[in-house]
Amino acid sequence: MWEQQVAFWLFAVAMGGAAIGVVRSRNVVHAALFLVVVLAGAAAQYILLAAEFVAWVQVLIYIGAVVILFLFGVMLTRAPMRGEGETLDNDQRWGAIVAALFILGVLVALFVDAFGGKKIHFSNALVSLGRTSSVGQDIFRVFVVPFEIVSMLLLAALVGAVVLARKD
Amino acid sequence: MQLNEFLILSAFLFCTGIYGVLARRNGVLVLMSVELMLNAVNINLIAFSAFTKNISGQVFALFVITIAAAEVGVGLAIVLLIYRNLRSPNLDEIDQLKG
Repeated sequence: MWEQQVAFWLFAVAMGGAAIGVVRSRNVVHAALFLVVVLAGAAAQYILLAAEFVAWVQVLIYIGAVVILFLFGVMLTRAPMRGEGETLDNDQRWGAIVAALFILGVLVALFVDAFGGKKIHFSNALVSLGRTSSVGQDIFRVFVVPFEIVSMLLLAALVGAVVLARKD
Repeated sequence: MQLNEFLILSAFLFCTGIYGVLARRNGVLVLMSVELMLNAVNINLIAFSAFTKNISGQVFALFVITIAAAEVGVGLAIVLLIYRNLRSPNLDEIDQLKG
């Protein structure tokens, strides 16, 4: 049990620090690399929670595709890469800090009030629940219609991105 | 393990994302902050999936990942278009609708 605890806190601290790096870094490429740390940490947390298929989808889609897309976006918009000062932030920093801390306080109070003391019980049942085959069965038995709708949405997003970004 | 540990981690990531969306002016960085928020939601979904021993949370997380990928594609196309029209990726320079 304590191994999971130690692994959780290692990954959680790395994710928290890297998340602050994403929003505070003065170099856009560094922000993208911090984002990789956060996403990989999230994949590790999924493994800890016995969700192996989601963890690998996270690695493939997020780290493999989305971050590459971000790096393309950074290069195509010629974002400042050598820490050229304040140009990446606007002047709402303190308001944003207040808003974020307020929402964090509300959420933490709610969670402690609603789920304080509730434990996740790790067992063989949980591990066999998270197997890829059971995820697939749930998708194609219970969530078939949403699955098809999501594929239509992906097609629409693909066509939309091409239409938007194409030079006339 | 306590359920709250995962929930508070995801709340922290979500609020970092909120700060990023509010305080960044570069369009690509705002999209990265949105990704942080979507990831926080995913951690919540997986944690509740393990807590309730119900696989549907994992399927929801897969859908969220799919939507996030589509959102990044369209969002980056929009930021690219803004850059092409205004010569700048900064979102606070888009004020053509201001009276």
